[in-house]
Amino acid sequence: MEPVTQIDGRAYPFGVKNVDTDMIIAAEWLKTISRVGLGKGAFAALRADPANVFDDPAYAGSPILIAGDNFGCGSSREHAAWALADMGVKAVIAPSFSDIFSGNAFKNGILTVVLPQEQVYRLMEVARTDTIHIDLAEQMVTTPFQDRMPFDIDPFRKQCLMGGLDEVGLTMARGEAISGYEMRRMQAEPWLVPVAA
Amino acid sequence: MALFNYRNVGARGTGMTEARTLYDKIWDAHVVEQRDDGTALIYIDRHLVHEVTSPQAFEGLRLAGRPVRRPELTLAVPDHNVPTTARVDADGKRIPIADPESAQQLAALERNAPEFGIRYIDATAPEQGIVHVVGPEQGFTLPGLTLVCGDSHTAAHGALGALAFGIGTSEVEHVLATQTLLLKKSKSMEVRVEGDLGFGVSAKDVILAIIGRIGTAGGTGHVIEYRGTTFDAMSVEGRLTVSNMSIEAGARAGVFAPDEATFAYIKGRPMAPQGADWDKAVAYWKTLRTDDGARFDRTVHLDATQIAPNVTWGTSPEDVVPITGSVPDPDSFEDASKRAAARTALDYMGLSSGQRMQDVGVQHIFIGSCTNSRIEDLRAAAAILRGRHIAGGIKQALVVPGSGLVKRQAEAEGLDRIFVEAGFEWREPGCSACLGMNPDKVPAGESCASTSNRNFMGRQGPGARTHLVSPAMAAAAAVTGRLTDVRELATRD
Ligand code: SF4
Repeated sequence: MEPVTQIDGRAYPFGVKNVDTDMIIAAEWLKTISRVGLGKGAFAALRADPANVFDDPAYAGSPILIAGDNFGCGSSREHAAWALADMGVKAVIAPSFSDIFSGNAFKNGILTVVLPQEQVYRLMEVARTDTIHIDLAEQMVTTPFQDRMPFDIDPFRKQCLMGGLDEVGLTMARGEAISGYEMRRMQAEPWLVPVAA
Repeated sequence: MALFNYRNVGARGTGMTEARTLYDKIWDAHVVEQRDDGTALIYIDRHLVHEVTSPQAFEGLRLAGRPVRRPELTLAVPDHNVPTTARVDADGKRIPIADPESAQQLAALERNAPEFGIRYIDATAPEQGIVHVVGPEQGFTLPGLTLVCGDSHTAAHGALGALAFGIGTSEVEHVLATQTLLLKKSKSMEVRVEGDLGFGVSAKDVILAIIGRIGTAGGTGHVIEYRGTTFDAMSVEGRLTVSNMSIEAGARAGVFAPDEATFAYIKGRPMAPQGADWDKAVAYWKTLRTDDGARFDRTVHLDATQIAPNVTWGTSPEDVVPITGSVPDPDSFEDASKRAAARTALDYMGLSSGQRMQDVGVQHIFIGSCTNSRIEDLRAAAAILRGRHIAGGIKQALVVPGSGLVKRQAEAEGLDRIFVEAGFEWREPGCSACLGMNPDKVPAGESCASTSNRNFMGRQGPGARTHLVSPAMAAAAAVTGRLTDVRELATRD
């Protein structure tokens, strides 16, 4: 994955509360075989409204999404994170997230930033006209107007995002330990390899 | 710089001597490394793959140029999208799948499995079926192993004494690449059921009773161990029905200690250990029991003699009442959100409070799913249907065996003729109307007595109304056209 250190650019001033994974990407997309291309289906129901922020040219390709409370609730489908990643979203800022969505977002290189509701309102206001800056190393969201908003993040997630490390890559780096374990187990329990059909 | 400090732990545990639960023992034996943030790298012995949750995992491997670490520990079989109508024509040629997206998911699995060296059971193979039926049936699932699949009903495999749970697509990719998962240990919960089951009461009624008691969040954060004389006397197939629905009780996994019934079930299955390995394996499996004095974080007791044939009235698996009961009054629930949910559920289900469950009409019958599609399930349903016919109001009655092997066994026993003569359709194996990803669906506003595991809104098709029941109860409903107490139709022998 691409290392994430600074995210800088326009932000969708979305702000809707309790957006569930069905609203992010509808169930019909569960039949796809790819994790790319889902951006086309993202927020489909909301996009029926011609005034929606996602189709406003001012925000086209924004790397940041500003959302409302409890973003990503509902099912565990990872398709929601894939859809945002495919739209080019690299960070979502909201007062709170569903745990599963946060985990899925992180696994797909998307930073989720939790900020108090007033600060999220403030960012919505800025986003309409100006850019927003996120510094992951400093754990700080800033605006061109001297706003400084510190945020917390799990140190493991931070290191993974900053190093562009994916969990698979990190575990693969433990390959020797896994091989050692496998050898011990195979000796004690030779039936671990299923009989070939 | 290492991100974390690791501590190596040998296979077969940490050398601790305190009394341990079955879950502790399996967990300890699978810790590759313990991290100091409380997570552990856990070795995964078996991995089942189906067509819905795997394409993006394989794509991830391909993009990163990563191979599958131990392809022989993964088994792939399509089940969710496959049509249950004939799959080959009179000349033995494959009939293409009509839905282009279903066809594409199947084609992707068919391509990915050989590309990554994974054993693949084709949709037209005699062993094909629902992953959770195929695993135990092939001897792929064994006691003491860790087993995962990108599907929440993976919990089923716990019936054989495996620690089995569902995972997401990123985790599928993680397992394929590393044969491990990074996990935090769950809490433990004992569900103890004692006593003999009454006439007409089955494993499905037991698990519905448990979910009705503890609720769909009751097991959250826990691994359940099912214990007690009721389970000791239960067949392995019945235990599979129980552990299958652990997820509806909120638990990611449910386990049974393996016993003589388990060993007899596994012996001779195609992928099971043989010869000297078999003896060694059984000797080890016999150690997989919760030690006397081991502590559970939570314990729930049920009296089996009090369990009646059960049905669900609402849109959550915890909405359980005995068939002799009535639709509850939403105001009778203490919790405000439950009252609101019950009102919405009754509206969706087209029921009113106080209505007797036995007066609820059904137009559809579905006997199938990984909960209840094994040979014992089909025998139980056929025993009710023998010499009877479905009621006039039934629009469709489906029997979808869990696997091709179950189907052939049933045909050898003549069960297919009983179903067909009773007015049922005898189908090819797969998930079918359990979730309606294939053409088998229940139309909006119509009711189905279903042996599956989820009665969520829209689960069996948009607007479909699902009543969860046992196979014998589904057969009884077919005969009368309404939810029916099977004890009125069954004969005691
Ligand atoms: S039968 Fe139903 S519950 Fe079981 S794996 Fe298939 S869709 Fe899931």
